Amino acid sequence: MKKQPIDQFAASLPAWTRANVLGGSKIGHEKRTKILFDHYGHPDRLRHLAGEIKQHVVENLDTYLPQAEARLAANGVKVHWAATAESACEAVHAIMLSRGATKIVKAKTMVSEEIELEHYLAKRGIEILETDLGEFIVQLDHDTPSHIVKPIIHKNRRQIAELFEKNGLGAYNDEAGVITQRARAFMRRKYLEAGVALTGANFVVAETGRLVLVTNEGNSRFCLAATRCHIALVGIEKILPKDRDLALLLNLLARSATAQQLTVYTEFILGARARGQPDGPDEMHVIFVDNGRTDILASDCRDILRCIRCGACLNVCPVYRQASGHAYRSVYPGPVGAVFSPLMLGKHFPEKADLPKASSLCGACNEVCPVDIPIPDLLLRLRDKAYQEGVPSPGTPPMGAWAILATQPAAWRAALAGGRIVNYLPTSLIPVPALRAWESSRVLPRWRGGEFRKWLKARRKPRAQ
Amino acid sequence: MLTAGRNPIAGRRVQLMATCLCDAFHDDVAAATVEVLEHLGCDVGFPEAQTCCGQPAFNGGNWDASRKVVRHAAQTFSGEDPVVVPSGSCAAMLFHGARLEFEKEPDLGEIEGLGRRTWELCDFIVNGLGVKAWPGRFDAAVALHRSCHTRGTGSGEAAALLLGSIAGLRLVEFGEGEQCCGFGGTFSVSFPHISKAMGDLKLGFVLEAKPDLLVSGDMGCLMHLQGLADKEGMQVKSLHVAQVLRDSLKAAR
Repeated sequence: MKKQPIDQFAASLPAWTRANVLGGSKIGHEKRTKILFDHYGHPDRLRHLAGEIKQHVVENLDTYLPQAEARLAANGVKVHWAATAESACEAVHAIMLSRGATKIVKAKTMVSEEIELEHYLAKRGIEILETDLGEFIVQLDHDTPSHIVKPIIHKNRRQIAELFEKNGLGAYNDEAGVITQRARAFMRRKYLEAGVALTGANFVVAETGRLVLVTNEGNSRFCLAATRCHIALVGIEKILPKDRDLALLLNLLARSATAQQLTVYTEFILGARARGQPDGPDEMHVIFVDNGRTDILASDCRDILRCIRCGACLNVCPVYRQASGHAYRSVYPGPVGAVFSPLMLGKHFPEKADLPKASSLCGACNEVCPVDIPIPDLLLRLRDKAYQEGVPSPGTPPMGAWAILATQPAAWRAALAGGRIVNYLPTSLIPVPALRAWESSRVLPRWRGGEFRKWLKARRKPRAQ
Repeated sequence: MLTAGRNPIAGRRVQLMATCLCDAFHDDVAAATVEVLEHLGCDVGFPEAQTCCGQPAFNGGNWDASRKVVRHAAQTFSGEDPVVVPSGSCAAMLFHGARLEFEKEPDLGEIEGLGRRTWELCDFIVNGLGVKAWPGRFDAAVALHRSCHTRGTGSGEAAALLLGSIAGLRLVEFGEGEQCCGFGGTFSVSFPHISKAMGDLKLGFVLEAKPDLLVSGDMGCLMHLQGLADKEGMQVKSLHVAQVLRDSLKAAR
């Protein structure tokens, strides 16, 4: 029998990887819950409010995007629009050519992963250096991130120490402090060699054109201090209407993502270096990236565009904890990724139509989401979409015959009586794959079909109608 | 809250939806539900034409098939009498899931009507009938597994309130109580590895708390957890909350 890819991936996961992911996510979730409930009497009310704000943005992007563009332009920022991943990469490349630059220092941006920018630029002789520690380690290991916020949640420090040794960053030493110092020493030189800084943006405020970046390592600030040109890659859904909305969203983002009151660095950027300002880029570009987002906007799953990439749904998800982020074959893993990643593929949706199946629909993701996305409902809609498009779903029992039984009471009662056969025949003789899958790890209780109805009939006095 | 906007309870007539799992495997749970409701003075009707709530196909992605079954349920459980279900999962299917899959259907109103009169058993007892304490006696340390489909409803708290009020019964907390047990309906057979791993984690936390009994309001979760424990030779005894409530009454007689 064919199997679900994510279940197979989880089954083949080395024990230590599973332990890293399970342990890391669990701690992340517990800290998040503690800080939210310690600081706020009713964090759920804040989540609902933030959800309403972001949903409002999603439904009014046609107003807010032009407003943001006008404000950014007034602040001296060059605004680019990229409909596809490729056009986004081209836009970055064109800016590099115009400046004659060949090296980029890059802070964390999920959009750059999404459009596979590093690969695109490498083929054109342009080098990107990751400056986020986790992303730097991923880059050094030719690996891919497995978590939105903690890209190397699947690795432990012994593996990182081995990696550093192999790459000439000092003899084996797995102390976290030593690893960090070595990465820091290596990067400091690189900042000064680079001509361009690349970042994402956590929020762009339409009212003011303010770009907001949060980091914990100060690397984005270094990127901007050391280079003369700043490019920000921004998904079109990253808009907030007003500066005042930042108060709520930043408070929720830091607590949900890393259980912090505030990230160590929160940068508010209103444009390139102003006159009299000693450091910072004198040229700034914002590239708004669509890459499938307007198709999502047109679908009945547009709520997913509220996402602020905090990773809380990954941390709490029991399936993510067992399978790890790499099981999702996507830049965006976990519950949010199971909705976002297949939808982004547009007509190639069937390639990742199995992702929304990888959920027990337990609803924990919705319960922790800082913008209250009804993720389980969206997963269910995508399961229906996959069925409508005729995508096969390995291991899912066929439901047509069941529906016939369940709409014909006489046939249903006959099946209840007939089901007794499972009490007498060994499973190997019963050609029902779902039953075998059940019994691979569980005992099936004794079939007692129809017994309740008999009991009821025997004791029941006729009911007065 | 998911269950907001439900019809208040007027009379004492109720319709029992036994659930397909009780119809096929767990007849004693359905019988206990009848006895518990009758103890509360309810006149319990059992529409013979009932089958299933439609959830397996809904979760499996075949909404066409699921809608047929939900329509059948709406016909079967017609009228204004509340529908009481000894399963948080089937109840949530009727007041939440069905609404989702009928969004663009002409008979959405009728389906929403069924949702407004559907109650999970403990939710019905505590929030529908206003009963806050349970008589009798039941001597046991109980680990209550709050099934996931009661998130955002009053069921989890209602079950804890009723069980906690029984003389002799002690509720014991266990680790990661809010995590899913790994059943998830069709998920349990299409993702057998992850489903088992999740169940093993749950059983580990439950056994650590050393309860006499594992109790839940959903037979899906219990069938999965008990089935895992039996296969692995772990000593776990489980009961549905309706069985505990009924057995407590027996002790009082």
